[in-house]
Amino acid sequence: MLYNEKVMDHFRNPRNVGEIEDADGVGEVGNAKCGDIMKMWIKVDKEKMIIEDVKFMTFGCGSAIATSSIATEMIKGQPVEKALELSNKAVVEALGGLPAYKLHCSVLAEEAVKAAVKDFYDKNGIEYDKEKFKPGFHGGEEEVS
Amino acid sequence: MKTIYLDNAGTTQMSPEVKKAMLPFFDEEYGNASSLHFLGQKARERLEEARADIAKCLNCLPEEIFFTSGGSESDNWAITSACREGERKGKKHIITSAFEHHAVLNTVKRFEREGFRVTYLPVYENGIVKVEDLQNALTDDTALVTIMFANNEIGTIQPIEEIGKICKEKGVLFHCDAVQAVGHVEVDLQKLPVDMLSISAHKFHGPKGVGVLFKRKGKRIESFILGGTQEMNKRAGTENVAGCVGMAVALKEACKNLKENNEHEKRLRDKLFDELSKIPHSRINGDRINRLPNNFNMSFEGIEGEGLILLLSDSGICSSSGSACTSGSLDPSHVLLSIGLIHDVAHGSLRLTLSRFTTEEEIDFTIKEVKRIVEYLRSFSPLWKDYEKGVKKHVI
Ligand SMILES: Cc1ncc(COP(=O)(O)O)c(C=O)c1O
Ligand SMILES: [Zn+2]
Repeated sequence: MLYNEKVMDHFRNPRNVGEIEDADGVGEVGNAKCGDIMKMWIKVDKEKMIIEDVKFMTFGCGSAIATSSIATEMIKGQPVEKALELSNKAVVEALGGLPAYKLHCSVLAEEAVKAAVKDFYDKNGIEYDKEKFKPGFHGGEEEVS
Repeated sequence: MKTIYLDNAGTTQMSPEVKKAMLPFFDEEYGNASSLHFLGQKARERLEEARADIAKCLNCLPEEIFFTSGGSESDNWAITSACREGERKGKKHIITSAFEHHAVLNTVKRFEREGFRVTYLPVYENGIVKVEDLQNALTDDTALVTIMFANNEIGTIQPIEEIGKICKEKGVLFHCDAVQAVGHVEVDLQKLPVDMLSISAHKFHGPKGVGVLFKRKGKRIESFILGGTQEMNKRAGTENVAGCVGMAVALKEACKNLKENNEHEKRLRDKLFDELSKIPHSRINGDRINRLPNNFNMSFEGIEGEGLILLLSDSGICSSSGSACTSGSLDPSHVLLSIGLIHDVAHGSLRLTLSRFTTEEEIDFTIKEVKRIVEYLRSFSPLWKDYEKGVKKHVI
């Protein structure tokens, strides 16, 4: 088997698919050239600073779809600050592992979450620690060819 | 769940007749074809019968047939021998095409690293090399021209007869990887002026791990696998009698029914093209007419091939794609890029390759499933949404 049952489950039945019309933050990462694009929408409860709702759309392989799906599950209902701590390693672990050459797809899931949160911060004039968006993070900046 | 096998360019199911012909060699007739005793002699006879049968199907001489472990070995052997000979004569130029199988490309690249000059002929949007390009590329130091008969991903057929004629006139060795062609279209070695030709049994309902390198009488070839004196002292290793007999039966079957099989496959393949071309923003990859009768290859905009393959697999349908994620690298197939597809479109490709065992019901079901799954994957593709909203321009 290329993917384990958990990955296949998230690939076959992706959670939180779609878009949020009045989203508070939107992030898009990846590009069509490398074969994966993830777009994530978040709705934030601004009093409690909690991610109320999250939706995603993904163009990409099975692991790209599965990692975006599980990432949305992992951050839904969580404080925004906590979502920022989501690492690609945690995503892969939650899925019970991915083939080595598919790990790059999981990086995109982490980056999509960060891109959405960054967008939310920017739109709301919230100060944030730039360190948290470390190098390698390329939310929406990469050219889509 | 019923298996619908549409990955026959990858490998084929072994024909029942082939299996039957092979079975005795696993228990009763296990002799080594080089042994002098009766079991060995019997194995030898069967091996030579197989060689003669294969030669007859290809219209060549039995002594022009060398058994190998498959298409990859035949390609490696032919190219390596030709380059070594070229090197001795001070000829260090190879001409090939941009979309050869990796068995050819990676062997050629080895010699490129060792100082050979390599011309990769373009294959254009239709996936066919131009004879003029070959003519222009040939020089006095060309050691080898190696061009495939039919491409393994898009099935496009190359002008082998013309290429062979030009090489013959110039006195340049010509090798042809005919792994996808033999057993599927007519390959007549009296008509085709090729010096060497690679064949693989598992592509025409024979067993895996056995193939042939045809080498025309009078042309030189240097050993590649060294050891014993098997295969006219050119290819060492105890003969795979079961495999060789299986290949001969498979080829005989394929050649006997070539026309009917072609018509059957082509009719069903054309149905796939006609129906799946109705999917908006899709394209046929490679020349629609000049291609193997069993090869279908299309791209669907806004989706990535791996998801399509996995969901088709959930429905029992075996297919393949040239997307990056299915190739195990970050780049989509070099074949699709060579015919000018941009990455996005190459990622969304689907290859279906039929066989004589494919039925109309299977094709009807596949058409339905591909349409359903493409629509589903597009429903949550941000790329597709951007195309639809006009944020990005459709690319196909
Ligand atoms: C065009 C072509 N050449 C060579 C090969 C390699 O053949 P084999 O699998 O027998 O080594 C293949 C099969 O994948 C092929 O399609
Ligand atoms: Zn991927």
